[in-house]
Amino acid sequence: MSKYLLVVDFQPGVCEAPMSQWQPDEITAHMDYYRLLHDELVASGELVQSEVLTGPELAAVVTSDGRGSTVVTDGPFQEFKEWLAGFQVVEVETRARALEIAARLSAVPGPGGVAIQQPIQVREVMEQAPRDTGAMDDWLQTVGDGS
Amino acid sequence: MPDDVEDLLRELSPQVLGTLGRRYGDFDAAEDAVQEALLAAATHWPRDGVPERPRGWLLQTAERRLVDQWRSEQSRRRREQETAVRDGPAPDVPDQDDTLVVLFLCCHPALTSASAIALTLRAVGGLTTAEIAKAFLVPESTMAQRISRAKRTVQDSGEPFALPSPAQRPTRLRQVLQVLYLIYNEGYTSSSGPALNRTDLADEAIRLARLVHHQLPDDPEVTGLLALMLLTDARRAARTDAAGELVPLAAQERSRWNHPRIAEGVALLDSAIGSGSVGEYQLQAAIAALHDRAPDAAATDWPQILALYGLLERITSSPVVTLNRAVAMAMVDGPASGLAVLDDLGDRVTGHRVDVVRAHLLEMAGDRAGAATHFDAAARRTSNLPEQHYLTQQAARLRSSPTD
Repeated sequence: MSKYLLVVDFQPGVCEAPMSQWQPDEITAHMDYYRLLHDELVASGELVQSEVLTGPELAAVVTSDGRGSTVVTDGPFQEFKEWLAGFQVVEVETRARALEIAARLSAVPGPGGVAIQQPIQVREVMEQAPRDTGAMDDWLQTVGDGS
Repeated sequence: MPDDVEDLLRELSPQVLGTLGRRYGDFDAAEDAVQEALLAAATHWPRDGVPERPRGWLLQTAERRLVDQWRSEQSRRRREQETAVRDGPAPDVPDQDDTLVVLFLCCHPALTSASAIALTLRAVGGLTTAEIAKAFLVPESTMAQRISRAKRTVQDSGEPFALPSPAQRPTRLRQVLQVLYLIYNEGYTSSSGPALNRTDLADEAIRLARLVHHQLPDDPEVTGLLALMLLTDARRAARTDAAGELVPLAAQERSRWNHPRIAEGVALLDSAIGSGSVGEYQLQAAIAALHDRAPDAAATDWPQILALYGLLERITSSPVVTLNRAVAMAMVDGPASGLAVLDDLGDRVTGHRVDVVRAHLLEMAGDRAGAATHFDAAARRTSNLPEQHYLTQQAARLRSSPTD
């Protein structure tokens, strides 16, 4: 089992229209799709965490020299589409399964029920321990038996 | 809760579950009922004292919960089982230890290894869902869902509450051993920080392996696995330094090894090896024993280790074993021979481990720049955090002092 972070940002995919210009029932269908997928991942015991983030207006950037001089500013001033919108952490048996879940996220419906094909970034989370016997044998070599 | 009460509860837990399971055939419901009975005992026993017949107490309490549970469901829908319960006392079940039966069910082939691990820790290990979730760094709700799905899968498989048939038993036992070894792995590498409580898992895996060994004392691979765990675990204290960083075997302070544990592992191994069939756990344990018995790294019996890896390679046909043999070969015959084994391997092994081994062998051969490059490559590709630190340090060490 490995944990994967699935990153959702504001890249539009094939749908350029912002959500405020969609039909109300299109927004409902969009949200329902996410909710069903969420429930499915909860039921399968694969969902570790799922969060949606507030927008740029509430964001801050902090810098510090470690001696009490801390500066808090607005920002970062990146392009809107690069803002992190939310993320899920799933723990799954294989990498293929993580990619499959990411594909489901990407296929969320937009206007006209068309999948918006938003790009989803998939990142594996670092482990503290080997995850199977093969990795365990490798590990014994690194830490121990062979080197 | 006092340790002795906890030990007793965890020993009795799978026995009570086994008896209930056999009586009513409902693994899922029986497991829930046993968990509730364990919680009740954990509350009452430290206060009121351990009852005279603790197993009977647990069984009765769990059985009452089970019947209550069915009664409450009765109002919603009819169940076949409740008829059986209402119709009078269940057929008398002989008083036997069903721990092994429960363990075989928990390591059911229909389960993924992660599910089997979680279910084993709860149903056989007597750990709570919260404890298991904490050990695997996932929310309790995630783990609860995983366990209840696993139980349903076992239930739906229709497998009876009995030991697998003699024909199936060797395959099923291998699965049990693999699950125990994986539980051990989870605890093995933890030192401090977020994974602190995982060390408990190594202890738990050893406890469970002892339990299986107690029931199947003549199975050489069961003995081999227990020996392997003990012989590896004996080095636990020396495996990390004060800062929590990994210390490779050759640099470990051998006085910090657990020598009684080594003696126990070696004795177990000797009894298994003498008994005939040789399997992979025994061979791995034999290799671990050779390391453990060397008074210092230079005294390690590498020719013998090389021979054992050769045997292991034949049994498992695993390219990972071949990688290990390359290292042993280098120790016996020099780095060029080890690198030749690696070259023969071609692309049968992918992943960072090839780079780790190549880096070690190149360093032995005096190619520090080449070694650093491969340590870097390995560090970029491992998904294991302590190992990444170790590999990055190795690359930095080789670059910072070009000549020793």
